[in-house]
Amino acid sequence: MYRLTTAKSKFALASLALAATLAAPGAASAKTLVYCSEGSPENFTPALNTTGTSFDAARPVYDKLTQFTRGSTQVEPGLAESWTVSPDGKVFTFKLRKGVKFHSGVNGFKPTRDFNADDVLFSFERQWKDDHPYAKVSGGKYDYFADMGLKDDVQAIEKLDPLTVRITLKKANVTMLANLAMDFAAIHSAEYADMLAKANKKEQFDQQPVGTGAFSFVMYQKDAVIRYKANPAYWGEKALVDDLVYAITPDPTARYSKLKAKECHFVIAPRPADLPEMQKDASLSVINQPGLNIAYWAFNTQKPPFDKKEVRQALSMAIDKAAIIKDVYLGAGTGAKNLIPPTLWSYNNNVKDYPHDVAKAKDMLAKAGVKTPLEIDLWYMPVQRPYNPNAKRIAEMMQSDLAKVGVNAKLVTYEWGEYRKRMQQGEHITGMLGWTGDNGDPDNFFFLRGCEAARPGGQNLSKWCNKEFDSRLEKARATADMKERTRLYTEMQQIEHDDAPDFKIAHSVVYEAMRKEVTGYKQSPFGSHQFNGVDLK
Amino acid sequence: MFRYLLRRLALTIPTFIALMFVTFVAIRLVPGDPVEVRVGERGISPERLAMFRHELGLDQPVWKQFADYCVQLMHGDFGTSLATNQKVLTEFAALFPATIELSLAGMLFAVVLGIPAGTIAAARRGTLFDQTLMGLSVTGYSMPIFWWGLLLIMFVAERWGLTPVSGRIDLIKYYFEPTTGFMVIDAWLSGQAGAVKDALHHLVLPAIVLGTIPLAVIARMTRSAMLEVLSEDYVRTARAKGLPAWRVIGLHALRNALIPVVTIIGLQVGALMAGAVLTETIFSWPGVGKWLIESISRRDYPALQGGVMLISSIVIGVNLLVDLTYGLINPRIRHG
Repeated sequence: MYRLTTAKSKFALASLALAATLAAPGAASAKTLVYCSEGSPENFTPALNTTGTSFDAARPVYDKLTQFTRGSTQVEPGLAESWTVSPDGKVFTFKLRKGVKFHSGVNGFKPTRDFNADDVLFSFERQWKDDHPYAKVSGGKYDYFADMGLKDDVQAIEKLDPLTVRITLKKANVTMLANLAMDFAAIHSAEYADMLAKANKKEQFDQQPVGTGAFSFVMYQKDAVIRYKANPAYWGEKALVDDLVYAITPDPTARYSKLKAKECHFVIAPRPADLPEMQKDASLSVINQPGLNIAYWAFNTQKPPFDKKEVRQALSMAIDKAAIIKDVYLGAGTGAKNLIPPTLWSYNNNVKDYPHDVAKAKDMLAKAGVKTPLEIDLWYMPVQRPYNPNAKRIAEMMQSDLAKVGVNAKLVTYEWGEYRKRMQQGEHITGMLGWTGDNGDPDNFFFLRGCEAARPGGQNLSKWCNKEFDSRLEKARATADMKERTRLYTEMQQIEHDDAPDFKIAHSVVYEAMRKEVTGYKQSPFGSHQFNGVDLK
Repeated sequence: MFRYLLRRLALTIPTFIALMFVTFVAIRLVPGDPVEVRVGERGISPERLAMFRHELGLDQPVWKQFADYCVQLMHGDFGTSLATNQKVLTEFAALFPATIELSLAGMLFAVVLGIPAGTIAAARRGTLFDQTLMGLSVTGYSMPIFWWGLLLIMFVAERWGLTPVSGRIDLIKYYFEPTTGFMVIDAWLSGQAGAVKDALHHLVLPAIVLGTIPLAVIARMTRSAMLEVLSEDYVRTARAKGLPAWRVIGLHALRNALIPVVTIIGLQVGALMAGAVLTETIFSWPGVGKWLIESISRRDYPALQGGVMLISSIVIGVNLLVDLTYGLINPRIRHG
């Protein structure tokens, strides 16, 4: 019996190899889009990961209940066709899309049924319940599920019928709809999971992904390449190329060279120094957009003299922001006046940034009763971040600006982990940090100045608790009415500006470069990459 | 011979223990632990941090972690990568063929050019050729690999379009599953027209970059060994017999001069591995060098420790092998 099986499988392998050989010339003439990505994914289950590289690698394969409109932060229906939110903002009922097919043929999996509520339950319960059969597979760390508050806040996830799912939260949170559009909320096939569990191969679940997305997974070779092929049965915006290839190329100079040599069509993260030359090249097109991030310098409002609003405002006027943007960001940054970047809905463009005015700053400090020279600490991060290319350099520029108004800033830094920990504890007087948004909901930025996060160990590094601001933050979290939320957030930006708990430095500008043949690509404000709807001329 | 082998093997044991200890301690001296590197600005609650550190065994005293690691290694278990949750040995085995392929190509380039160049330089001692070659070899020996690689890419690949920029095969034209991990062999097995040529084409630049330093070393070594041999009595005798110059140099002198050169080639294996780290990064070559660099930035302790141990074992193994074959090549050397 065993022999027969082996012989059979050998025969099957041989015929497969033959078929592949025959198919190859055809495949070569098919349309192949090559994306020069920056690194290898950790695996293909986004819930387990935290890096953009890993999310990008899984994105072609999966769908989520809700999704972001390509190139925007707006939430639109995904695998959930429609939904209702209870008036108290706690109960979300999703009507699922009918007739959606999972990819067939990946890792020998042939789906016998369409997507349904069981898949939704499987995908969330794995992250939510510690005793789920898949909870501990592949290390089982679901950072985003926990970070977005779902681990603690979810009360129940129920299947009402095969195409209806209800999620109940313990407290109101309308940002849930945006959270569910994030990569960690990707919907997996419960049937595929069962198949692997029966075969005792659970760990393959995260290595050979099966989803409902615009592309299906073909193969992955660590540090070299990931291949996908178009899913012809896709329900949404279809893939316009036949094959999608991620050529893993960590070095930005090599990526640029490959782009010029037509070895790839699209590159992530070009080097700022290469941009002028790229922009001149007629065969390439370079696009850019403010990143979904903010770099700021926080004043610890619980420590004198920064408990006084006037002092904070004065220092905000003492710094020459334009010089920082020019000299440190080298064009890859735009001065910030609000906590959220201009690409995010509810951005308040009426807020007037503090002008750079040394005389007025001095005057205000004197009026606030501050005796100069004032000695302060200025903390800067020891590392480069997406929103801040060189914190030390910025700190030095600020130091010299501050000296002009009679403030002597001592530059302080710690090891990166230690730095964050100490700042969250509120040990600093003033310090730099920043934030990269996750879900395109303004709440994901504004919570950084909420009262809850102002506790020791919390993420509010100004340790600023303003009732006017905070009450609106809570209210906006509990209402699904977009108009009302927009109004609240718009007001909050003005309140925060007037009280100046921090000096807003910049939003970085994210550049991307592609060959002119590429059409239909839309840059995502999240810095993510998506290739359905993208074609080659 | 057998006793010699045993003694050599026994001598590698303290080397391994020292190596294990150094890699283990060095990575822990670098600030930042794997959990915190992972979380970024988002931060992590102290409870979750404690839980993960416990799961990874990072809350144990360092001596305990080291003891556990030693026991694990003795069972042939190199641990599990913290980043990908794959067995370190599995990841290494998948990436290592690419490094070997590159190293072999680099070594081939160095040997094929280095030995003849060194021989000719010695035979024409003091001529312009000799001086130029020795000048070039100093340059080659002190060549910063990163800069050299980028320079070659810029001119050879980009400007003149003679070779591909990076990678191992044309991803648009060819697609086949890796069978052996050696791209040239896999390309041949796939039977796709032009695949082998394309794979070889992709090897050219990285092999030159990686082979440059060994080339310089081998050329210099061959030259000095040849010079020594050429002044021997038997060479003079051969010349006096009226043998043609190529026979004297190529057969009588070179064979004897090669003995120290073989040793040097063996020692260059270590240098190749070190060079591979940079070469792989420049050419997006999916080998173990690049993998190690990433493991450092992720503070992936098991991957880094396991990777260093495996590579070191191979370097030590190759050197042992060279020492042993030494006796075979030159019967005058007896291991007793």
